[in-house]
Amino acid sequence: MGSPRSITASGAGEICAEHLQKAFGATIAVRDVSFEVARGEVIGFLGPNGAGKSTTLRMITGVFPPSSGRCTIAGHDVVREAIHARSAVGYLPERTSLYGDMAVEDYLRFVADMKQIPHREVARAVGRSMAAAGIEHVAHRLVGNLSKGYRQRVGIAQAVLGDPPVLILDEPTSGLDPEQVSEIRALIRALGDEKRTVVLSTHILPEVEMICSRVIILAGGRILAVDEPANLERRLRPFREYSVRLAMPTPDVLAKIGALPHVAEVASRERDPLSVPHSSAADGTEVIVRVEHGFDMRREIAATAVGSEAGLIELRPVVMTLEEIFLALVGGEGDRRANGGASRSGPPAAPAGEVH
Amino acid sequence: MRAVRAIARREFAAYFGSPTAYVLLAVYLTLSGYFFYSDVAFFVTFGAQVLETGLWRYVFIDFRLVTLLVLPLVTMRLFAEERKLGTIELLWTLPVRDYQLILGKFLAAWGFFLVTLVLAMIPFAVFYVYHPFALGPPTAGFLGLLLLGTAFIACGLAASTLTENQVVAAMVTYGILVFFWFMTWNEAVGSEWIVRVLLLLSLFDHYYSFATGSIQTADLAYFALFTLFFLYAGLRSLQSRAWRGVV
Ligand SMILES: Nc1ncnc2c1ncn2[C@@H]1O[C@H](COP(=O)(O)OP(=O)(O)OP(=O)(O)O)[C@@H](O)[C@H]1O
Ligand SMILES: [Mg+2]
Repeated sequence: MGSPRSITASGAGEICAEHLQKAFGATIAVRDVSFEVARGEVIGFLGPNGAGKSTTLRMITGVFPPSSGRCTIAGHDVVREAIHARSAVGYLPERTSLYGDMAVEDYLRFVADMKQIPHREVARAVGRSMAAAGIEHVAHRLVGNLSKGYRQRVGIAQAVLGDPPVLILDEPTSGLDPEQVSEIRALIRALGDEKRTVVLSTHILPEVEMICSRVIILAGGRILAVDEPANLERRLRPFREYSVRLAMPTPDVLAKIGALPHVAEVASRERDPLSVPHSSAADGTEVIVRVEHGFDMRREIAATAVGSEAGLIELRPVVMTLEEIFLALVGGEGDRRANGGASRSGPPAAPAGEVH
Repeated sequence: MRAVRAIARREFAAYFGSPTAYVLLAVYLTLSGYFFYSDVAFFVTFGAQVLETGLWRYVFIDFRLVTLLVLPLVTMRLFAEERKLGTIELLWTLPVRDYQLILGKFLAAWGFFLVTLVLAMIPFAVFYVYHPFALGPPTAGFLGLLLLGTAFIACGLAASTLTENQVVAAMVTYGILVFFWFMTWNEAVGSEWIVRVLLLLSLFDHYYSFATGSIQTADLAYFALFTLFFLYAGLRSLQSRAWRGVV
């Protein structure tokens, strides 16, 4: 991925949303959302509960039309050329609702009929979608008797059925056990590799980092930022952070680490009351090492710590949590005046080009 | 057309995949069989002569009641169930038009009703074996019943698009149908032309000539209009998600 694309829709992308707005009575769920997704891109909508992710995806897929604004998929307006636009889309709703009284294969055949897949290709298309979702062995079970994870897979199978160029997945991994989560993620990544355009929503940051080439951050119905997941952190945090646990953090060793090239700062971890019960003498003391972006200093830090016999117990990167990102984004906009930045990990958030 | 067929087939299979269909069938056949038997007994006891006015008329007027009782329970699930399950969200994102959804659902309920009517003919067949009769009048009666039921189904389908609660859908259907039944009962309604207009609109007054074995174009047109009106109302109600935003 190159630099973040412009978010003003020019009509060239596979999905172009322009000033989408949706009001439910007095509440405005989505306001002035514009973005563009290029063909083959995997993009993630990230936002807390009630951010407007599902509402946005529902407008794109044609569940209901936007109150104002417009959206095109593969050049077709989702309202005025609804049938053409929908033919290009496979959709996994947030609430995976399927007909429990149908066998998996029968259900997929039904969807194939609805998607107007040519009669001759139905059997093959159904087989391929079941293979993609890994549900061949439950083909003859009733959907209603499957576990939640498998129902989710059936939902994915019906979305990919007929190889639509665009996939829209609303929280595809919610409610699954960790093993299934990673399987579904691998599945989505594989789908993205096949030059399919994938839009997914989530409130799990690592998920976006793992799967998506770009992320749209949504809160309160507005787009807060559009960026590559890696850039996001770089933009919101001036330095990359590592957590280093040492058995005996002498001032000497801390000074040595601090003197390493590209290391900006060595700080002690602010007391996090939640972490207290977990730390014991055996866990040593945690320090935070801040390193310039673009440099991986883990080996040097480890070598220094080990060389000085400070007793290296743990060395790991500190990833930003979703909460920190939201605080930084919102802080970068409004709270900066009030308290000089809401990011708890140091100086105010870096100026964010695309923060709205 | 393929989508309509797929929806109709799925819905029809769903009917017979659940016990409700069999319960409703059993209720319909038991009640209609009982009415048939008692009407025949009445006919024989009072030594009536003319089958059309002495038997078929009563049979089909009684069958009307059974149909009124059962069909709203058949149609109530059509859209309400989809809303409740949330499956309607997927239907709305598939490349099918709303009118195709309406038609498919309508045909499924209609198919169920056809099955019911065919089974409801059994007492007639038994009667015929012992006492052959002219087939014309009861055929007209069944045609009337079919048209009446078709109108009920359209009305029930429209009601089912309004809510995710099947009971509410059924109650709304009963409300509308009973209103169309009772609206000519109020003789004190005032001037004569109002009564005439009401008679023109009344669902059941258009049914009586079928029951006595005669088919009137005006009645056919009435049922066609009634059905189309409610199918259209159902379509508009589905499309109201544009501003209702209900999922
Ligand atoms: N059909 C509806 N009628 C009324 N309000 C709605 C409807 N759908 C969504 N909303 C409101 O719109 C806002 C955005 O909801 P939405 O479901 O899009 O959020 P989300 O980002 O998907 O949240 P979550 O992570 O919980 O799924 C919420 O305040 C919600 O209450
Ligand atoms: Mg949601």
